[in-house]
Amino acid sequence: MKNKPLVQVKNLKKSFGDNLVLDGISFSLNTGENKVIIGPSGTGKSTVLNCINRLIMPDSGEIWLEDKEIVTAENINKIRQEIGYVFQGFGLFHHLTAKKNVMLGLRKVKKISKNEAEDIARFELNRVGLTDVDDSYPAQLSGGQKQRVAIARALAMQPKLMLFDEPTSALDPELIGEVLNVMKKLAEEGMTMLVVTHEMGFARSVSDEIIFMEGGKIVEQNHPEVMFKGPENERTRQFLFKLDDLYGKGGE
Amino acid sequence: MDGRVELIINSIPALLRGTIITIQLTVLILIFGLILGLILAFGETYGNKLIQKLTALYGKVIRSIPELVLLLLVFYGLPNLGFRIRPFNAAVLGLGIRASAYMAQIFRGTFKAVSSDQITAAYSIGMGKYMTFIYVIFPQAIRSFIPPFANEYAIILKDTSLAYAIGVAELLRQGQYIIAVEYDPLTIFLMIAAIYFILTFGVTRLLKLVEFKLKVPGIGAESR
Repeated sequence: MKNKPLVQVKNLKKSFGDNLVLDGISFSLNTGENKVIIGPSGTGKSTVLNCINRLIMPDSGEIWLEDKEIVTAENINKIRQEIGYVFQGFGLFHHLTAKKNVMLGLRKVKKISKNEAEDIARFELNRVGLTDVDDSYPAQLSGGQKQRVAIARALAMQPKLMLFDEPTSALDPELIGEVLNVMKKLAEEGMTMLVVTHEMGFARSVSDEIIFMEGGKIVEQNHPEVMFKGPENERTRQFLFKLDDLYGKGGE
Repeated sequence: MDGRVELIINSIPALLRGTIITIQLTVLILIFGLILGLILAFGETYGNKLIQKLTALYGKVIRSIPELVLLLLVFYGLPNLGFRIRPFNAAVLGLGIRASAYMAQIFRGTFKAVSSDQITAAYSIGMGKYMTFIYVIFPQAIRSFIPPFANEYAIILKDTSLAYAIGVAELLRQGQYIIAVEYDPLTIFLMIAAIYFILTFGVTRLLKLVEFKLKVPGIGAESR
């Protein structure tokens, strides 16, 4: 049982009306692994992440987090505590300071005492490199700071898995680095991560495997070096070629 | 001139009696409107399809009927159906029904003003629907609620004067009684106007203060 994956996604399907968004997605993620999903927009990358914490209910398929099945789980709130979710829009609670943003879930969901929650919040904010924003409100933070608070908030719940859905897409170019650095650090600390991103440099240098999706299907999944040097699939090659045009050569 | 000063002084007790009725009406209509409005807003925002349709329909119908018609409908219509109702209660009910439809819109707007990103984030850390409402939506909604509420308060206060039409001895009717005897409409109506002004201005100022007390960078008073 040593090699049982942390996450197993099996034949996931989802349609919105007539639009088939996920057409049988299967993959797995071992503890400590870091996989990046890439692909053209509208191919269901975000939907995969949203199905994993069941913000979107899949039509069919199974999702396993260790020995718990998510699609049919009765108490989804319990499972969501184990899955950190960071997304493009940050979702910071506007009426709370950075520290209280991190504390809310600890206090109300995990029912942790105020002092303890405060200590955890401070620790997690430090971990993402934020030391002097405890009492700042979201409106007073930069985009990069906001996203790092959001990451700290997710980490504070002690998740087994972190999902990142285009975490840098809403940021000014000069703020992207600070968020990517935090993500790199998390990966080095051994956090299990599933990341949807267009940041090829990050994908290449941090991920253990790149999953290329198109039209609701996984076209190819492979080690980043293979993907960048000689993808097996012609479509993958075209897509990465285009990205090189847009964002420069990955990781170089 | 002396006669006028005397009239003013002599009129004060009667006008104050009317003012007290006006304040009672206002408070009761506010409470009625807030409670029913909150329930309607919940229904329209979080209810199932049928409840959403019904609450929206209620709002549309009520908001399309003149307030005075609603008031007369309650006061003269209910007895026809076999319910006797006192003028004061009819005023609370008739004007309260109207207020509820507008309050519902205000509540609904403030709920919707909380970005869906925050709700997604709350769910993602394991907060359920109710917890999300109590700790994320409500604290923000209350802050953006105050300015439109102050506006609605002023409307409700002034519209209590419609209760005059069904014989409630509120401020305006008390004034009319004095005018009938003394025949100095200018002085009395000016006094009435001044009392309405004080009640409106005083309370909206107070609410402004509360708004500033509650403000947080990015929401409420400062961002306006």
